[in-house]
Amino acid sequence: MITLAVWKFASCDGCQLSLLDCEDELLAVAGQVRIAHFLEASREVLPGPYDVSLVEGSITTAADAERIRAIRDASRVLVTLGACANAGGIQALRNSADVAEYASAVYARPDYLDTLATSTPIAAHVDVDYELHGCPIDKGQLLETITALLAGRKPNLPAHSVCFDCKRRNNVCVVVAHGEPCLGPVTRAGCGAICPAFGRGCFGCFGPAETPNGPAEADLLRAHGMSGDDIRRLYRTFTVSAFAEVAGDAS
Amino acid sequence: MTHRSDRLIDVRALARVEGEGAMHVRVRDGAVAGVRLEIYEPPRFFEAFLRGRRHTEPPDITARICGICPVAYQMSACAAIEDACGVTVPPSLADLRRLLYCGEWIESHTLHIYLLHAPDFLGYPSALDLAKDRRDLVERGLTLKKTGNDLIEVVGGRAIHPVNVRVGGFHRVPAPADLAPLRERLRVALDQALETVRWVAGFDFPDFRHEHEMLALTEPGRYAIESGTVATTGGLGFGVREFEDHVIEEHVPHSTALHAHLAGRGRYLTGPAARYTLNHRWLSPLAREVAAEAGLGAECLNPYRSIIVRAVETVYAVEEAIRLIDCYEPPSEAAVPVPPRAGTGRGATEAPRGTLFHRYELDAAGLVTSARIVPPTSQNQAAVEDDLGRFVAGRLDLPDDRLTAECEQAIRNYDPCISCATHFLDLRVDRG
Repeated sequence: MITLAVWKFASCDGCQLSLLDCEDELLAVAGQVRIAHFLEASREVLPGPYDVSLVEGSITTAADAERIRAIRDASRVLVTLGACANAGGIQALRNSADVAEYASAVYARPDYLDTLATSTPIAAHVDVDYELHGCPIDKGQLLETITALLAGRKPNLPAHSVCFDCKRRNNVCVVVAHGEPCLGPVTRAGCGAICPAFGRGCFGCFGPAETPNGPAEADLLRAHGMSGDDIRRLYRTFTVSAFAEVAGDAS
Repeated sequence: MTHRSDRLIDVRALARVEGEGAMHVRVRDGAVAGVRLEIYEPPRFFEAFLRGRRHTEPPDITARICGICPVAYQMSACAAIEDACGVTVPPSLADLRRLLYCGEWIESHTLHIYLLHAPDFLGYPSALDLAKDRRDLVERGLTLKKTGNDLIEVVGGRAIHPVNVRVGGFHRVPAPADLAPLRERLRVALDQALETVRWVAGFDFPDFRHEHEMLALTEPGRYAIESGTVATTGGLGFGVREFEDHVIEEHVPHSTALHAHLAGRGRYLTGPAARYTLNHRWLSPLAREVAAEAGLGAECLNPYRSIIVRAVETVYAVEEAIRLIDCYEPPSEAAVPVPPRAGTGRGATEAPRGTLFHRYELDAAGLVTSARIVPPTSQNQAAVEDDLGRFVAGRLDLPDDRLTAECEQAIRNYDPCISCATHFLDLRVDRG
């Protein structure tokens, strides 16, 4: 039986909640793994080493930068969960801002805070074995990854764009049919193309696909009425650092 | 000074709460000298980076504050932006928002009852351990929770961080045929929710009574969820636009959450017990009946019994969802236009764990120039610390491990969402 640990850094808890949201599979999974550390679900904490660590959240404090190294040292396989862990999350918007000004805008006593000027991905600190993308992650991909690790194989995780999943789902293209600006052509699949299915353009919460064509996407967005500032805002949301290269001048 | 009379109880990483926090209790000469809930969830600065974003963006952005109650963030954000722009959504869209919100109440309350709180009452470290002995109970909870999540998925597009909500309404409204299968599942969920009330009502509740003023939205004629005005058990009543005249937040050194209190009055409590105490007459007849059967009276002043209120509110949310589906006619437009204008807007709704307030200032182009978010957990923090101090004072003869476990259970009474409150918990009892 493999030991599984779930760890949280700066985040909303949504990605680890995805595991508790596997209502049909949770008890079966719990029967196959020994949950050694999962504070959101259990007060029982077992010491490492761990076979698999699932890591949610980004690194925003010096203490967390130390903690992730200790977790890596204690983990055979480390899987990062979601936009915060993979790209710094929406809180990485501070990276191009003055964090002292941010702190004074929110808190009366910024001196009480202990925070870094940046929000950085887990991979900026330690080696990562697999990344599950999304804001939040897709629970199907989470189950695929746990199943694969139990079977000792590589998880099957797509790197193609949302456009392919729209075709697969028979979604009407929101760009062609409705003139909606959409990040689908440059965004990694995995969500099931839900935004286009609901008639809105993709806003890129899974981060960039494997081979995104940034300049062509910029032309598409401009042709559908987006200003440079709007394009910049669209890319600078949930996976700001991952999209920096795709966005090019727009970021 | 004896060895027993001075001690430190320290829970360094609280389990089965949402987010990261700690609790420190300092005992000197056999008396509680101080209680601190430490919220060490690192700050994420939402109010800072919301500045410069379009008025259409806060619902998607603020959802990311909390993965457990994203709908609450989306609904309070929409209400505030629409207030700033002078737009009121038609009743058909408001009803669809209420239906989506019912899904979140079912999902979040069931998560808290079954996976976070019930294991304490039954002596298990987790629901997964409970399932080894009583798989039927945990399966009932998971099925009920799934129905709530599936309701969010059908109306909102995704259970965590729904994609279908927008300022002015929705991107796409469901067809009646999309909701029909849900209605059948909600009928099953209603029985499960009623069984849940009867199950939790049989738990052993420590004797404890708080004396805090309680605050919730209230709305004559129905149980307030996505709209209403503010009322307190002390007789205060005010509109959402006056929220900041009455609720004052301070920054305390041990926390990245801000502490709130009522101006000139002090600490207060928001959440299920406050809602029940202020609004129980507006529950459905069935929810009122099962509440009475479970021993809830006209008020709920024992924080431990809040688990019963969550179960009663789940019954209500399931019934309300069925009612809303039965009278559903697709709105003629999925959203009404919300043209931006310069101004300030305020919105508040009842997140599963309490009143959630948002305020945005917009410029003429519709860009956010200032944002303020007051989540339930920061409103409750002072009251929780006060309760814990009194709770520990009555249990100082317990050994550290037992007292620590009981303090953790007590904290879970308030369903603290630490991710939300960052701007929360590790329990430490310092006995000198």
